[in-house]
Amino acid sequence: MYALRAIARPATAALRAPRMAPRFAAMRFLSTRYTEEHEWVTFDPATKVGTIGITDYAQKALGDVVFVELPAEGTEVEAGESIGAVESVKAASDIYAPVSGTVEAINELLGDQPGLLNKSPTQDGWLAKIKLSDEAQFNVLLNEAEYKTLCEGQ
Amino acid sequence: MFAVRSATAVARPGRLVLRGLSTSAPVLSAQLKKTPLYDLNVKNGAKMVPFAGWDMPLSFGDVGQTTAHKHVREAAGLFDVSHMLQHEFSGAGAQDFLLSLTPSSLDKLPEHGSSLSVLLNKDGGIIDDTIITKHAADGSKWYVVTNAGRSDEDVAHIKEQLAEWTKANPDKPVKWEMLEGWGLVALQGPKSAAVLQALTDVDLSKIKFGQSVFAEVGKDKVRCHIARGGYTGEDGFEISIPPASAVSVTEQIMANTDVMLIGLGARDSLRLEAGMCLYGHDLDETISPIEAGLTWLVGKDRRTEGSFPGSSRIINEIANGPSRRRVGFEIKGAPAREGSKIFDAEGKKEIGVITSGIPSPTLGVNVAMGYIKNGQHKKGTKVKVEVRKKLRDAEVKPMPFVPAKYYK
Repeated sequence: MYALRAIARPATAALRAPRMAPRFAAMRFLSTRYTEEHEWVTFDPATKVGTIGITDYAQKALGDVVFVELPAEGTEVEAGESIGAVESVKAASDIYAPVSGTVEAINELLGDQPGLLNKSPTQDGWLAKIKLSDEAQFNVLLNEAEYKTLCEGQ
Repeated sequence: MFAVRSATAVARPGRLVLRGLSTSAPVLSAQLKKTPLYDLNVKNGAKMVPFAGWDMPLSFGDVGQTTAHKHVREAAGLFDVSHMLQHEFSGAGAQDFLLSLTPSSLDKLPEHGSSLSVLLNKDGGIIDDTIITKHAADGSKWYVVTNAGRSDEDVAHIKEQLAEWTKANPDKPVKWEMLEGWGLVALQGPKSAAVLQALTDVDLSKIKFGQSVFAEVGKDKVRCHIARGGYTGEDGFEISIPPASAVSVTEQIMANTDVMLIGLGARDSLRLEAGMCLYGHDLDETISPIEAGLTWLVGKDRRTEGSFPGSSRIINEIANGPSRRRVGFEIKGAPAREGSKIFDAEGKKEIGVITSGIPSPTLGVNVAMGYIKNGQHKKGTKVKVEVRKKLRDAEVKPMPFVPAKYYK
């Protein structure tokens, strides 16, 4: 009986831990902005890296995504430049670099599981991580309220 | 996102818009025509889009294109195709008049037999593709279906030709009517026959692919025209329903749990897998039936000079080969879409263009059709196709990509 309790207690403590995560200082500065092309960027000022993806609105309009083409790691990209594509059965849609910088990582999982873009467009279905060459480019993108207004008008 | 390029759908900011079959001017939704099944479509969660001047269902509810597509291949799908133009031609001159518009041996069709054909311009180019059904053994009654997106051109052409015909052949009159407000639904897929048989006493096992019958359908015994065939490569039927009963008959077909309503999105991917042309993409007024790989619809007994519009070009192309040919392709890596350029195996010389392409939901590979220079058209020929400025490996493939399962 006592032995069991001894094991159980640390486990309970571990379960609580994630709830404390938002209190970590670094988390507070991650912010997300949007483009008129229905992409999102979550920027981490500590590393200057922006993670990019497509919005829920975009994945719904595209339908079942069956193929994703992404730039090679290390590619230098210019804001507004086409850097790849998302393909559904019905259409091909360009991915535009929302910011300028260097591609640090791409989501390799999308090669086998392009459907992640439909299931989890803003989390597991991220597209690429770009190290920004000019942080100011992030700050001029749409905030959540502005993006919401854009979607409602369409 | 959202510079969407595709054979059938273009995303304008935030709104997917079907293009292609429609006439050039953008149309406000209030000006769009509605089929008799419009309300039924909307009630069933249709996402409506402008298509060829009509407000048409692209998809239904949250059902994705891949799911809808596979449902048709595995069970049965029902498509509202009432936007297509239905014509009736009758009279002593009807057969000869239709023969004057097309290169097919319509006079050899059996009663209630039908054939794909084309309306040709004087240069042998395709004004439209069409299904023509003979309703009287003596050739005095015909049922013809043409594309919605070509209705302006078709009607103008037929009107002009009929005026000339009437002047030249006063003893062989032709009566031409268009069926306004009629319902036309396509029931497609391996379970179609069982679904429709439950609603009619006519023995459908006697109606083969390319044949048609008038039958009483449903609880009110509505007389409908049932043609076995379709635009998916599956067994199926196209059912023409009088205006007052269009909704009720459609609802009775839909009530079968094997049947799913299917929109234009899956209609496009199904026809492409079946190797069938979409006018405005794979066919236009410069393309002859020989270039389009439709030589079979030019009747053997009609291959004489002056026998049909553009006969000299078409007979020459049959004898000596056309300059370009429509063929199928499989592309590695990215799917090719309309407008993608085709190069030779070395990637040096441009030799053609893709006219339709999709990632095939059934096969899991990228399929496409397009026009390639004569001589490079044989199956197995290696080529390159340019997608997003990169040359991709591709190969000429026979069509259909998915074998047809017609009831013959």
